[in-house]
Amino acid sequence: MAENDVKLLGSWPSTFVMRPRIALNVKSVCYDFLEEQLSSKSDLLLKSNPVYKKIPVLIHDGKSICESLNIVQYIDEKWTNSGPSILPLDPYDRAIARFWACYIDDKWFPIFRCLAVAQGEDAIKAALEPVFNGLVLLEDAFKNCSKGKKFFGGDKIGYVDIALGCFLGWMRVTEKMNNVTLLDEAKTPGLYKWAEDFCADSSVKDVMPETNKLAEAAKDLIPKIRANASS
Amino acid sequence: MANDEVILLDFWASMFGMRLRIALAEKEIKYEYKEEEGLITNKSSLLLEMNPIHKKVPVLIHNGKPICESIIGVEYIEEVWKDKAPLLPSDPYERAQARFWADYIDKKLYVSSRKIWGTKGEEQEAGKKDFIEVLKVLEGELGEKPYFGGDNFGFVDIALIGFYSWFYAYETYGNFSTEAECPKFVAWAKRCMQRDSVAKSLPDQHKVFEFIQMLRQKFGIE
Repeated sequence: MAENDVKLLGSWPSTFVMRPRIALNVKSVCYDFLEEQLSSKSDLLLKSNPVYKKIPVLIHDGKSICESLNIVQYIDEKWTNSGPSILPLDPYDRAIARFWACYIDDKWFPIFRCLAVAQGEDAIKAALEPVFNGLVLLEDAFKNCSKGKKFFGGDKIGYVDIALGCFLGWMRVTEKMNNVTLLDEAKTPGLYKWAEDFCADSSVKDVMPETNKLAEAAKDLIPKIRANASS
Repeated sequence: MANDEVILLDFWASMFGMRLRIALAEKEIKYEYKEEEGLITNKSSLLLEMNPIHKKVPVLIHNGKPICESIIGVEYIEEVWKDKAPLLPSDPYERAQARFWADYIDKKLYVSSRKIWGTKGEEQEAGKKDFIEVLKVLEGELGEKPYFGGDNFGFVDIALIGFYSWFYAYETYGNFSTEAECPKFVAWAKRCMQRDSVAKSLPDQHKVFEFIQMLRQKFGIE
């Protein structure tokens, strides 16, 4: 059974690292969490992700799997009989789930990152609009995917919940630091309620960083993200 | 499956559309090909209805329901028509590897390739350098295997081969020889081209070159 031949290289404030952590919890898989120091990448990280040199990396039976959504799909397929299915069972629903996860990573995340590091009222205002428009699209996606239930995945959290939910900690920090509202109870009621339900879920609770702790870490991390973006 | 209606909304030069053409051919699925002729200037109402978020081809339409994004479309074809010609391995780790490399191709190859024909000067040089580097990484992953999946043509081969139809254009505008830089890659591409599904899905390289010439003039690069 599950001996800790499962290791996850990551770091606690990272949104992308949270995704495989939640997935492993959904499947009740025990793992060793190896905290990477962002200031200097470990030899293990460089060896197990030579292409991108980035976290998260899942190391299972000595073999490494990279890219967060790829890792989540691997976890879903490897531990298929342990815990609920993360991706839907129907091929069309799976395609829709993959579509929204792709949208979140390719379109929404880059504009959210812009907002998270924006400085000054004008920059924040300009960065906010596309982020909010994206959330309006995702509100619609939520209605279609959830079909009246609590999560994108239905009764239980699924692929899109994990893909989007991992950003909630940083969304709350951004709201606080930039004095904006991202999830508005009136404008995106579905996502507003979903966010509460997601954070309260047993697979998520222990890995979602506490907002104040994340806000403290953000003070150091945001200047680094800004520096990387301009280099 | 006799009453299935499969439509592929596509553009003849799209290396992403080619992925779906190949996957459908490998699985011997009958479908209607619809050319999005006004892709650059005047998108059809069907495209806007089927892909309202991205407004891009290809779109696979199965019994009226659209599947957007080519890699997602290939996975869908694999899952629905699962009894014929498997495109992904069955082992979860091998599948993760295949998905990783298809994603790598999407993240790295397209962006650098676009700079080769779509820009000039320093930006073009940088694009060419990145492009060749990406090909070398892919060559490394291929190793001595006939295909990326091993003995069998599959997911990563399908994700990559469509770009080959643009190579005459890349080499001409970028002024380099793929054969000289990445001989293993060329050998792999020629091997894939021997497959019916690939040969019938890829346009002639010179036709693609003429199309890019037209685009460069249109965008004021020439």
